[in-house]
Amino acid sequence: MLSEQAKDAIREQMARYPCSRSALGAALYIAQEECGGWVPHEAVKDVAEVMGLEPADVQSMMSFYVMYNKEPIGKYLIEICHNVSCALLGAQKLIHVVEDKCGIHPGETSEDGMFTLKGVECLAACGGAPCLQVNGHFHFNVTPEQMSKMIDQLRAEGGPDRSLYNAAYVPEKTCRIQNG
Amino acid sequence: MPEVKILRKYIDDPEQHKIHRALEHGYYQGLKKALGMGQDEIIEMVRASGLRGRGGAGAPTGMKWGFMPKEPTAARPSYLICNADESEPGTFNNRELMEDDPHLLIEGMIISAYALRVRTMFIYIRGEMVLGAKRLADAIAEAYAHGFLGENILGSGFSTNLILHRGAGAYICGEETALMDSLEGLRGHPRSKPPFPAVQGLYGMPTTINNVETLCNLPYLVNNGVDWFRSMGTEKSTGTKIFSVSGHVRKPGNYEITMGTPLKELIYDIAGGMRDGRDLKAVIPGGSSMPMIPKELALNTNMDFESLQSAGTMLGSGGFMVFDDTTDIVQVCEVIARFYKNESCGKCVPCRIGTDWIYKIISRITSGYGRREDLDLLRGVCVNLAGEKMMDSRSFCPLGDAAAWPIIWGGMKHFMHEFEYWIEHKKSPVGQERGLPALV
Repeated sequence: MLSEQAKDAIREQMARYPCSRSALGAALYIAQEECGGWVPHEAVKDVAEVMGLEPADVQSMMSFYVMYNKEPIGKYLIEICHNVSCALLGAQKLIHVVEDKCGIHPGETSEDGMFTLKGVECLAACGGAPCLQVNGHFHFNVTPEQMSKMIDQLRAEGGPDRSLYNAAYVPEKTCRIQNG
Repeated sequence: MPEVKILRKYIDDPEQHKIHRALEHGYYQGLKKALGMGQDEIIEMVRASGLRGRGGAGAPTGMKWGFMPKEPTAARPSYLICNADESEPGTFNNRELMEDDPHLLIEGMIISAYALRVRTMFIYIRGEMVLGAKRLADAIAEAYAHGFLGENILGSGFSTNLILHRGAGAYICGEETALMDSLEGLRGHPRSKPPFPAVQGLYGMPTTINNVETLCNLPYLVNNGVDWFRSMGTEKSTGTKIFSVSGHVRKPGNYEITMGTPLKELIYDIAGGMRDGRDLKAVIPGGSSMPMIPKELALNTNMDFESLQSAGTMLGSGGFMVFDDTTDIVQVCEVIARFYKNESCGKCVPCRIGTDWIYKIISRITSGYGRREDLDLLRGVCVNLAGEKMMDSRSFCPLGDAAAWPIIWGGMKHFMHEFEYWIEHKKSPVGQERGLPALV
């Protein structure tokens, strides 16, 4: 299921670490980016094969982390923080706006495949509460009016893709030294 | 006392994340100076400065460093990890430092790696910090290109590598041993201590793990010296600390001030006071794991490790959440309980089951089905999870304490009357509708 390019990117990640298994997190991001935002079981098997692991082992690791999606998601992933500071300053209203405009509750994807709504825990942006992310990009101090406009804009003009959300970096490849 | 901008001196400069601007501001001068010093001299400097970990536990950094081997070998290398998995609700200073001033962290890490004889460093950055990861990746590449990372750094003979690792959404990975499991490509389950990371850490090797803000202090400490550092703060809580302020204040945000500043000043002077002219009701001082304190205590305490401890809470991560008199404390407790229930890693039974019951009981109360015996039940579950008093943990790792403390030593201790009101009247004592927690 995964392309040779994706498999090579996974191998490149494996070479970064003293122990190649450390690259499993990055490998799943690479798989998720290639599979349109989620990691189907066929991709889990490919990741396992490239890394020399059992598919069940990869599945077990993946199921622990919320940023690996286990089912298909919409083009725009809207994650609204509903922890204390955001809850006190109106996160619920933002969730209601998305529910009304897109016809989805948290955890669901709209029928047209455009939006997935998630209520998420603290995004480390409480100074800009209520805050949310669209495909990983922050919006701070969001009002219900702005939320409504944002949905319209995403429908009409589009928005950011998930390349940074699923990014696997190799910034140190400019120079490598032997460990020890 | 006003803000003391040291770590946040250049944070508002829109170009600061690029190396040319960082160099204009004198960055990497501390590294040059450090490479001319003895490695043990730097460790001694950190010990003498009194620098304490900024991530939450407040352990002396120099002491942690002192446990690392002086002569690591190829077969038994030492590692340095920067804990950048900032996830404690109410805390957001690490994210800003990494997004807006990544070279400060990178310089601090290289100095630390030199002192600790580390040839491979890691930054474990929280997965949700998408911009932070991008900025750090770019900054690391710039640092390699300038010869600050890699082989034979600035001709000193010292070589070290820096690997950026993204997490993928799990609060528990901020716990240092769970972080190491996660970095090894496993589920993020905490390990038992001892052995401590300095003896058996990442890949079973000696490992030091420090918070972002802690490491950002290193360039300034090396440049300006121990006396300068100790001139700020209190005897036991030295230096500055970046406090994150959120909730019902006029100017929420990150503020760097010296340790020991009165909490009253942070709320009323620095953060602009309460919104809409409302009255202060309570403050959570160290991220949501720490017990909230009511107005009377909050207005009479200072912000350092010792003062907050004597007020019955802790400085924790320095994330201050400020509540006005419209706040329904029981619903705040419910949000906190939901968070820890969602984030319990499931490794140990007291936490996996206990956090779920804490949430279920509070949720029953705020749904209007609370029973009088629920309060004893709730207290019992908290005690089974975190003990009869603070620091008497019964769960495998501190997440259990973090789940129980804000309920039993915060909400229930200071606002029991609100729990009782909910049970008796089936509605909020401050007239709030039932809010977010239903949306799990």
